[in-house]
Amino acid sequence: MSSAVETTSRPSRRKQPRSALARLVSDPMGAFGLALIVFTVVAALLADLAPFAPAKINPVDRFSVPSALHWLGTDNLGRDLFSRVLHGARIALAISIGATLLSLVVGLLLGVVAGFGPRWLDSLLLLVMDAMKSVPTVMLALLLITYTGPSLWAVVLVVVLVNGPGYARITRTQVLALRNAEFIEAERALGARFFRIVAFHIMPNILGPLLIMAAMDIPVVVGIEAGLSFLGMGVRPPTPSWGTILFDGFSYIRDSIWMVVAGGLPIVITALGFTFLGEALRDTFDPKLAQR
Amino acid sequence: MTALLEVSGLNVAFPTGGMLTRLRGGASRLDVVAGVDFDLWPGETMALVGESGSGKTTLARAVAGLGGQVGGEIRFDGTALDMKRDGRRLRRDIAFIFQDAVSSLSPRFTVHSLIREPFRIHGLPCPEGEVERLLKLVGLPPEIADRHPHQLSGGQARRVGVARALTLKPRLVIADEPTAGLDVSVQSEVLNLLNTLREELGLALLIITHNLNVVRHVADRMAIMYLGRFVEIGETGAIFAAPRHPYTAALLSANPVIDPAARHTRIDLEGEVPSLVHRPEGCEFHGRCPFVQPDCRTQAPPQTNEGSRRFACHHPLKGNRND
Amino acid sequence: MIDPMEPVLHVEGLSLSYDTPTGEVLALRDVNLTIGKGEIVGLVGESGSGKSTLMQAILQLMASSARVTAGRILFQGRDLVQMGPTGMQALLGDRISVVFQDPMTALNPVLTIGRQMVDIQHRMAGGRSTKRQRAIEMLRRVRIPDPESRMDRYPHEFSGGMRQRIAIAMALMARPALLVADEPTTALDATLEIATINLLRELQKDIGCAILFITHHLGVVAELCDRIDIMYAGELVESGPTIPVFRDPRHPYTQLLFSCDPAQIREATRHLPAIGGNLPDLVDLPEGCIFAPRCPRADDTCRCRRPVDHRAGQSDLVRCHYPEAPRLEIRP
Repeated sequence: MSSAVETTSRPSRRKQPRSALARLVSDPMGAFGLALIVFTVVAALLADLAPFAPAKINPVDRFSVPSALHWLGTDNLGRDLFSRVLHGARIALAISIGATLLSLVVGLLLGVVAGFGPRWLDSLLLLVMDAMKSVPTVMLALLLITYTGPSLWAVVLVVVLVNGPGYARITRTQVLALRNAEFIEAERALGARFFRIVAFHIMPNILGPLLIMAAMDIPVVVGIEAGLSFLGMGVRPPTPSWGTILFDGFSYIRDSIWMVVAGGLPIVITALGFTFLGEALRDTFDPKLAQR
Repeated sequence: MTALLEVSGLNVAFPTGGMLTRLRGGASRLDVVAGVDFDLWPGETMALVGESGSGKTTLARAVAGLGGQVGGEIRFDGTALDMKRDGRRLRRDIAFIFQDAVSSLSPRFTVHSLIREPFRIHGLPCPEGEVERLLKLVGLPPEIADRHPHQLSGGQARRVGVARALTLKPRLVIADEPTAGLDVSVQSEVLNLLNTLREELGLALLIITHNLNVVRHVADRMAIMYLGRFVEIGETGAIFAAPRHPYTAALLSANPVIDPAARHTRIDLEGEVPSLVHRPEGCEFHGRCPFVQPDCRTQAPPQTNEGSRRFACHHPLKGNRND
Repeated sequence: MIDPMEPVLHVEGLSLSYDTPTGEVLALRDVNLTIGKGEIVGLVGESGSGKSTLMQAILQLMASSARVTAGRILFQGRDLVQMGPTGMQALLGDRISVVFQDPMTALNPVLTIGRQMVDIQHRMAGGRSTKRQRAIEMLRRVRIPDPESRMDRYPHEFSGGMRQRIAIAMALMARPALLVADEPTTALDATLEIATINLLRELQKDIGCAILFITHHLGVVAELCDRIDIMYAGELVESGPTIPVFRDPRHPYTQLLFSCDPAQIREATRHLPAIGGNLPDLVDLPEGCIFAPRCPRADDTCRCRRPVDHRAGQSDLVRCHYPEAPRLEIRP
């Protein structure tokens, strides 16, 4: 009908859209956050290459300031702070990432059940989750750890109980919103069954906000672990966690500030890194925002 | 040859209000479709016409198995349907095209995945090149396979919806307002596509619409709904020439038209569609009918058959519209 | 009808672009549109034609990635592009009002309509009860039954048709010079649509405002509008008085579009006419006339050179190299 003559000689003015990773890295916040995290991860991985064993006591050399030998100085027992921090990175990351992932999974499952299930179940779960959220973290930890005794797993459990409801709530809200979405109905009209709809059509739309929340939560968990260890309810000495380093540091702050620095600085770096990353992630996850 | 679809005494209700409403004596269910009978034959195009609140969308969705408490009987290809038992198999024979084309597509899927979905859902293998073939069938360029729904125009999204509906070779395609929001050229393209597919694949087409201009051209038969019931059903041409029910006549005349002379013969309806909760007595249309008579207010009108036409009115219109 | 001395709105050579990751989208190119005092102008175009973008530009409510690259938008002689947010804020809701497609977006669901209609009068003189009376009067004008008690109801308690009438009432309360209506009847059934355009016509006669009525429904334009403007892919391709343009369109796109209108096709036909081809890529525009790739009459001039605006037949503006050529039809 119409004469479709295309002038192919002129190059197209259309650019290729950038990939999600490219967008993330080009955002200064995202790049910085990613860099900090990579730094922390590398530190954790290289912990075994630390110059000194973290538990090696050397009373002669207590409270030394940072030097070529001891990059961050030594603590009250002469242990090399730098090595302790590196090992502490392992624990911090393992707990924070592990516990956060576990909370995410638990929260997700509960949220899906609450969102899809009958009203009475939804109300019940809401009640339970809100009750848990209203108990202060420390009290919950006290209650639990009095029962189980302090350990790594106790900390993980506390984190799951404290953070899980948050993920469950977000999941539930998203599920309720999407449940009656037109595209979900379209899938049902094609014959898709419950699990398929949840796994392929609801999850991808929920994961974005959840992963952002998780990224922001990781520094919080680092803080929880540090706090609990600080209070003696978490990791037991001589295992170096940033929290225990900080705890000891406060006791000896008049002798040397370096312990506090060594304990606190990594917490700040990790927190900043994950927070920046979380903010940048928000943009990459929304395909519509990508057009901007 | 048996009718592809036979619907008798179909009603669709939705529960409304909780325990407290019922204790207060309020309505506990809304009868959105209140008793409907019709047949649909392979290869025919039928239009379901009515205003918002008429129940036309609910009726179509009930036939496609999409919700509401369904009473009455639906027979597909001679066998009575039980949604729970036959639901899944039925989804392959009855396809539904949604009104909001972009929203009916899962936002994180590419067009390619969206078209493959029906195969995956039913565990059927997707033949090599089938997605490309379907895209070509609905007139979309192959590059569109990598796009996401929000990157498609309304017309393109609608075509993807059509492609998806056709993947499993259905026998009946139900299209909910396929022309809504499209300009006249794109409307024609979408309707032509549905029509060509109907001819080539021997489908039956059930089109829900309030666009009468289009119904005049593409529908073999049409049914006019009001408050969940059919007020008139029959051959399109015959109804357009000589509507029997006053509501039909009013709808046909309520068309903004280019020709100023046509506007004078307009029948204006008073008021708005009454609520489903308080259905009027007698003939449910009596409150708005310009030709209302005393018996319309107290007695429900009987069904009258006139050849292949059916309507329900105490005092049907006679003669042709053009008089 | 048109007062050439004092148009309410005069869009002159307006070009607008968006910056996107895939390139610069040339959304509007050299658009010329005029609305005289008290005139009702119908702006017609499919999705992607730029009619929504043009409306956003006029209201200066564009996305942050949009830039006006050329031209002016003169409202009663003042350039809106140069006006800045404070200036626009003074105009919007007072001299320029808007009615949207979905009345729920204009109405706040958590406030009663009475409250909203009183709040909207914040620029007008008078105490609370005066404003309340004005609001009731306006509701009566748009035929909301029992307006005194309805004032205290919430938007969700009204039907779609009534909500749209309330939105119109709110828009016209300030007696603006220009009402911009963005597809206000698209979501309504035909019977309501007719009632709404009758209402608009009545109110317009009384208030004397100009109306820019954006739609893709040709029948409504024929019934309501004094003039019709047709947009295609970001350009205004034809403009003129309504009925004469319907009878004798001069731009190929207009001609083809009208011949696709099922309402104007006498004989019932299964296969409806369509224009064929696709909208051009607004990032990668073709050279020459924007419609050339789909135009049955296009020749090398059309494909190489951009056409200018001519007067032809009864149309005041036809953007075509051959506006006098015989009319194109699509045979079904």
